[in-house]
Amino acid sequence: MNSMSDSNRSNTTAAIAASLKKRYARERRFQWYGRLAVLTGFIFLFILLTDIVIKGSPAFTQHFIKLDIDFNTEVLGISQNATAEEISGADFSAVVKDSLRTMFPDVSGRKEKKALYRLISIRAEYTLRDMVLENPALLGTNAEVWLLAHSEAGSYLKGQVDASAPESDRKVKDIQVVWLDTLAKEGRTESRFNSTFFLSGDSREPELAGIKAALYGSLFTLLVTFCLAFPIGVLSAIYLEEFAPRNRLTDLIEININNLAAVPSIVFGLLGLAVFINFFELPRSAPLVGGVVLALMTLPTIIITSRAAIQAVPPSIQEAAMGVGASKLQTVFHHVLPVAMPGVLTGSIIGMAQALGETAPLLMIGMVAFIMDVPGGVTDPSTVLPVQIYLWADSPERGFTEKTSAAIMVLMAFLILMNGLAVYLRKRFELK
Amino acid sequence: MSAIATITDIKTQNIEGKVPMDKRSALEIESQDATDTYETIGTPRVDNAKMSARHVNVFYGEKQAILDVSLDIGRNEVLAMIGPSGCGKSTFLRTLNRMNDIIPICKVRGDITLEGEDIYKSDQDTVMLRARVGMVFQKPNPFPKSIYENVAYGPRIHGLAHSKAEMDEIVEQSLRRASLFDEVKDQLDKPGTGLSGGQQQRLCIARAIAVSPEVILMDEPCSALDPIATARIEELIDDLKEKYTIAIVTHSMQQAARVSQRTAYFHLGKLIEVGETKEIFTFPKHQLTENYITGRFG
Repeated sequence: MNSMSDSNRSNTTAAIAASLKKRYARERRFQWYGRLAVLTGFIFLFILLTDIVIKGSPAFTQHFIKLDIDFNTEVLGISQNATAEEISGADFSAVVKDSLRTMFPDVSGRKEKKALYRLISIRAEYTLRDMVLENPALLGTNAEVWLLAHSEAGSYLKGQVDASAPESDRKVKDIQVVWLDTLAKEGRTESRFNSTFFLSGDSREPELAGIKAALYGSLFTLLVTFCLAFPIGVLSAIYLEEFAPRNRLTDLIEININNLAAVPSIVFGLLGLAVFINFFELPRSAPLVGGVVLALMTLPTIIITSRAAIQAVPPSIQEAAMGVGASKLQTVFHHVLPVAMPGVLTGSIIGMAQALGETAPLLMIGMVAFIMDVPGGVTDPSTVLPVQIYLWADSPERGFTEKTSAAIMVLMAFLILMNGLAVYLRKRFELK
Repeated sequence: MSAIATITDIKTQNIEGKVPMDKRSALEIESQDATDTYETIGTPRVDNAKMSARHVNVFYGEKQAILDVSLDIGRNEVLAMIGPSGCGKSTFLRTLNRMNDIIPICKVRGDITLEGEDIYKSDQDTVMLRARVGMVFQKPNPFPKSIYENVAYGPRIHGLAHSKAEMDEIVEQSLRRASLFDEVKDQLDKPGTGLSGGQQQRLCIARAIAVSPEVILMDEPCSALDPIATARIEELIDDLKEKYTIAIVTHSMQQAARVSQRTAYFHLGKLIEVGETKEIFTFPKHQLTENYITGRFG
């Protein structure tokens, strides 16, 4: 009997050893699949990010050209002691053109002159006007002034234009290349940080277009979304999870919330258009309407994740609270919610991130309009970051290509900031 | 090799020897179920009881978990409830402070009184009830807050302390009574979840007594603890009975014998036998009680 069980034993051991080998091989194989999957994801992400950063980073610098400006009162068409009003109405573009012509005296012909004037951004005349308004003593004197280059000239100075390509294939013509090279050689060009990008709204001129209006639009929209979606979502989740009776009605509500999470976002845009703009006559293109629409879209996400987080709170904590005589409300707000809070916050941030990147429903309610002014409140017409990106991506000018990528970088920075906030809040709640 | 074989043989025999016994007792119970009336042996009623249950039936949906149990808990006594798993002892304990109310499908029939007052009457406030009948759970479940907050929470929501000093006093008193104060006095602001299992359970006891309850229900308070921690809790229970009335559910018969004055034996939802602890453990009257305490099943 002993020998039999001994041989049985060795048979079993051999069988287990054989199967073990297989099992370990399978595990190793699976680990490699996993690593491969992670690596593939990383490679794609890396390519995407590098592409965006490479394309977008030039947008953060701008070239300036130094010109000798003669604030000639005759050219400006005003007197030496002109009033502020007269100065405002003066033709400062004339002095810029004069200065350019003096620098390149052999330029003749309408076309060539036009090309010459195109080196400097139309912003120049406003820069000069503001200078004179601030210091009227400048009138009648000469001054060296750094003026913003036109986006095409700028893109040549940034080295984005291949001068050896056929002239018809590029915006910067041969003659402009010569001028710009001359200016560069004389040390009259300079690359500076592009503050315009962060300080102004959209513009038809790429060198003047900025992200501020869209950033504020996004901020206001998200503010409205958060103020609506977070309290409504969390309170709904608490009520449904902790207080509502389990019956057909609550089952139906639950199913509908789940369905709502899967509704295409453009449908919410249609709803916003029909209900908020056409029926309630709220202003078009306003962050208020955008925020409400996005809140509707975000609500299911927040409710579902919050309910899951509340459900995950160990029942022992509830029992403990009720055991010392806490009421249901006290149990929920003193014990369940604080423990569920990290999960609730994560869900809300995911919802908000979704809302931040949403474009389709906002197109429906008119947030796609060309808006130059930075909105001052939730009822001012505005646009949002993703829509701004869409608008710029749609523009033919070369200068907008880099702006598009730069705006994507800003949007992502915004997202990272929001996620960082979520992580910080999580940590704070977990410490307690 | 042969020695191992022998041990295995003995084990097999043991199991074989046990099966008929189990079957027999199961049959016995089934026959009792059929009649649905039974007499609890011993002394379920005492004079001047703190809490008393009369003809209590508890249902989970269709399933009946407690059958016609009548039992008194005497003033300042420790009542132990023992019985095999699923016998309804925990369920019965939870009816005493209406913790079963949380479970929607749970229905309680019968009368349970605290100081002669029906605790299931329609205008009974469960918050008030649970302040008077505290509970300590099977698994230590401190709040994920500081030790101080854990103890102070109950008094705070009931408004028992009117100043910080008073609250400090209550917290210290409660921790002292739970014989935990000396171990944690320097770390009152540390999270209660960072303590050892035994300390956590004593913290839960401190939390329960902080609201000065009249009765403390303990649901297998030592089942997750090591013998040393268990011994400390048992000592504590002995001290606590000076001030409180205690009902304790336990799986350990030694524990029941050590801490309780009276013991109730539950079996498949029925209260089979109640009596002085000494008597139950030395001269059990019912066959099932005897089987259980002699370790034939459980």
